Amino acid sequence: MISFELSEYDRAKLDAIKEEGLICRKYARYYDEHEETEIPPDELPEAKDFAPTPNLASRQSEEDSGPSVMAMLYTVYRCWGDYAVKLRQPKAGGLGNAALMAAGTDEQKQRWINNFLAMAITEPGCGSDPSRVTASAVLDEETNEWILNGEKIFVTGGVRADGVVMWATVDKSAGRAGIKSFLVMKGTPGFEVAKKEKKLGIRGEDTATYVFSDCRIPRDQLLGGNEEVQKKGSGGFRGVMKTFNMTRPAVAAFGIGISEAALDFTREELEKAGVDLDYGAGMGNRSAVAEKFMKLEALHEASKLTVLRAAWLADQGQPNNMESSVCKAHAGSAVREITQGCIDILGPLGVSRDNLVEKWMRDCRIIDIYEGTGQIQRLIIARGLFDYTRDDLN
Amino acid sequence: MISFGLTEEQDAIRGAIREFAQGVVRPLARDCDEQSKLPDDFLQQVWELGLTTTQVPEAFGGMGADRSQTTTAIALEELAYGDAGLAVAALAPSGFVNALLDHGTEEQKQRLLPGLCGTEFACGTLAVVEPGAMADASRPKTTATAKSGGYVLKGTKRFVPFGDRATHFLVVAALDSEIAAFIVARDAAGLTIGAEAEKNLGLRAVPVHTLELDGVEVSDGDRLGGSAGGNVRALLDTSRAALASCLVGVARAAVEYCVPYAKERVAFGEEIAKKQAIAFMLAESHTEVEAMRWLVWQAASKLEKGLDATKASYQAWSYAGEKGLWVADNGIQVLGGHGFTREHPVELWFRSARTLGVLEGTVSI
Ligand SMILES: Cc1cc2nc3c(=O)[nH]c(=O)nc-3n(C[C@H](O)[C@H](O)[C@H](O)COP(=O)(O)OP(=O)(O)OC[C@H]3O[C@@H](n4cnc5c(N)ncnc54)[C@H](O)[C@@H]3O)c2cc1C
Repeated sequence: MISFELSEYDRAKLDAIKEEGLICRKYARYYDEHEETEIPPDELPEAKDFAPTPNLASRQSEEDSGPSVMAMLYTVYRCWGDYAVKLRQPKAGGLGNAALMAAGTDEQKQRWINNFLAMAITEPGCGSDPSRVTASAVLDEETNEWILNGEKIFVTGGVRADGVVMWATVDKSAGRAGIKSFLVMKGTPGFEVAKKEKKLGIRGEDTATYVFSDCRIPRDQLLGGNEEVQKKGSGGFRGVMKTFNMTRPAVAAFGIGISEAALDFTREELEKAGVDLDYGAGMGNRSAVAEKFMKLEALHEASKLTVLRAAWLADQGQPNNMESSVCKAHAGSAVREITQGCIDILGPLGVSRDNLVEKWMRDCRIIDIYEGTGQIQRLIIARGLFDYTRDDLN
Repeated sequence: MISFGLTEEQDAIRGAIREFAQGVVRPLARDCDEQSKLPDDFLQQVWELGLTTTQVPEAFGGMGADRSQTTTAIALEELAYGDAGLAVAALAPSGFVNALLDHGTEEQKQRLLPGLCGTEFACGTLAVVEPGAMADASRPKTTATAKSGGYVLKGTKRFVPFGDRATHFLVVAALDSEIAAFIVARDAAGLTIGAEAEKNLGLRAVPVHTLELDGVEVSDGDRLGGSAGGNVRALLDTSRAALASCLVGVARAAVEYCVPYAKERVAFGEEIAKKQAIAFMLAESHTEVEAMRWLVWQAASKLEKGLDATKASYQAWSYAGEKGLWVADNGIQVLGGHGFTREHPVELWFRSARTLGVLEGTVSI
C-alpha cells in the first residue's frame, strides 16, 4: 500500500538522530575552519550522556518502515546535523567496509570487519573510468606476496582509516577483468599517506593521497580470493561495482540532509521577515521570494522521494540499479540548486560565515562528483533505457 | 511507513487501464485532437470501466469500493499516457462525484449520486477555472452572496468540461472571506452556457465551455457540505494532484516514444541515442518522470488518509507542471523537425502538458 507517513516508532528514531545532529552542528564550523590540522574525533564529549544510537533495522510493527528506507532517512538527518561531525563515528564505517562485506570471503570479513577501511580506486590519471586503473599488483610466487605499486588520490577518510581496499591491475592487457581489489593495512612497509587534500567543502572529512611503492602484502589479502583473470567479460569487476547500488542512494541522502538544513534555516528567516508561504494560493498571490522558496522545497521533496524509492526497492529485494542512479543524478543537481538558491533568497546572510548556509552550499557541491559524477549516472540511466552496453554508450 | 507498493487490486487496475490506454485511447487521440471531437462510444466504453462509479457506495448506485485517491491517481496516469484530452474527458464526471462523496451532505449525495452513477454515461462537472491572467482558484473572482434561504452567484467560469451535456456544475466562488462551492443545475435561471466549445491549445478532445453566472440563485441545500461548507481547499488539492497525475502520464508517453526513435534514427553515422546530448536529455527526462510520480503519490496518499495535503498537492502540481512540460518539450527536440510536425504525437503531448500546467479544477482524483 502506498504510504508516506512515518510510524511513531520511525519518527522517534529519527527525532533521536536529529537531536544528535544538533549537537554535531555546534562543531560544524570549527572543523570546517581547522581542516589542515584536525579531523573530528571518533566521539564527541557529549556522547557519554547520550542514549545508544537506536537500532535502525528494528521494527515493532507492520507500520514501521523497512531497514533500507530507515537507513537512508538516518543518513539524511545525520547530515542535516553535519556531514562530517558525528556524535559517534563508528570505526567500522568506510566505503572499504561496504566492499569487504560485498566481495570478501568469510574469513576476510571476520578478520577485517572491525577496522575502518577506506576505498581507493581513483588515480591521478583516472576517476570516472575505473577500468583504466594503472596501479599494479604482481604476485611473488616465492614469498606468496603481492607487490603493489601506484598512486591513489581522493581517498575518503584516508588519514583516519586503519586500512584500505585498493584497486590494482594484475594484468594490464586484460582490461577490466585484470582489476582486483586488495586489503592493505596502515603500517605495511611501502604504503604511505602522502598528502591530505584541501577542499571547497566537506572539510571536516579527510581526503588523502596514498602511495604504494613495492608494498608487499600476503597473498590472501586479495579481496574475495579469486586470482583468476577471465579472458572474457568483466570478471569480478561487476561484482565490486555492485557495492555502489546502495552507496549511491546514501550519497544522495547526504545531500538531501544538508540541503534540508539550508531550507529549514531559510524558512525560519522568511518567517521572521513575515513572508507568507501560502501553498494554496495561485502564483499571482505569492511574492517572488515565496515562489522561489516553495519551488526549492518541492525540488527537495522530489529528490528525497527518489532516494526513498531506491531504498524501498532494496527492502523488497528488488533490483535498484537504475533507481540508484536516478536518485544520485537527481539529488546531485537538485542540492546544488537548492543550496545556491537559498543563498539567493538570504542574500548577505547567506554568504556570511556567521551562519552555516554558505558551508552547506560548499558541502553539497561534492554530491554530484564522487561515487560517479552526474554525467556517469546519466550514462547508467540512459544505458538502462536504451538497453545499451558500456561500449554502445560511453 | 514509507511504502511505494501497490495493492494487488491497484496493480490489476493499472494493468487494465494501461491496456485500455494503449489499445483504445492512443489510436483515437490524434483524430480527436484534430477534429475536437469525442466519440460517444468512447465515453460509454470508459464509463463501463467504472472509473467514476467504483468508489461510490452501493446505496447511491455505485460499486461500493473504498474511496482511494492513490488508485485514481494511478489510473489517471495511465489514461493520460494514452491521451491527456481523453483522460480529462474520462475523469471529468468524477470531479463532481468525488466532491459530493468527500464533502457533500447526506441529502446531496442521495439527491444527486444515483443519477450520476447509472449504466449510461452521465455527468456533473467542476467549474473552478476563471478567465483573466493570474487566476487563483483559492481566491475566485466569482462571488456568492448570502440571501435568505440561499445564495446568489455572479461571475464567469472557464474550461468547464462537458458544458454541452453536464446536468450539474460545481461552481467555486468567494463567500465573504471563505471559498465555497455550489451545485448549479444546467437549467438554472441566470446561467448562460457558451454555445460553442472553447478553442484551446491542448486537451482538444474534451469539450470545455465558458459559463456566465449572472445572479444565479441557489438554495442553502445547494452549498457543498451544507451551511457549514465543504472543505473546498481539499477539493482543490485533489484537483491539483489529478492534473499532476496527467502530467506524469504525458511525460512518460514522451519518453517512451523517444527511446525507440532515438535508437532507430541515425545521424553522422550512428544512432542519435549514442550521442550524449540526446542520451542525457532522455536520462534526465526519465528521472523527472519518476520524481514527479512520487510527489503525486505522496499527495494522493495524504488525501486518502484525510491528512492536510495542501503542501504536498502544491508540490506535485507545481513540480509536475514545470518538469512535465520540460520533458514533453525535450520530446520534440529528440525528434527534431519531425517532432514539430503533426505526423508524430510529441507536439500533441507538448500542447497537453502546457495546457494541464495552468489549470486548477477540471478533474480530480
Ligand atoms: C572529496 C572527494 C572524495 C572522494 N572519495 C573517493 C574515495 O573514497 N575513493 C575513490 O576511489 N575516489 C574518491 N573520489 C574520487 C571521485 O570518485 C572522482 O573524483 C570522480 O569519480 C570523478 O573522477 P575525476 O575527478 O577523475 O574526474 P574525470 O573522470 O576526469 O571527469 C571530469 C569531468 O568529465 C566528465 N566525464 C568523464 N567521463 C565522461 C563520460 N564518459 N561522459 C561524459 N562526461 C564524462 C565528468 O562527469 C566530469 O564532469 C573522491 C573525490 C572527492 C573530490
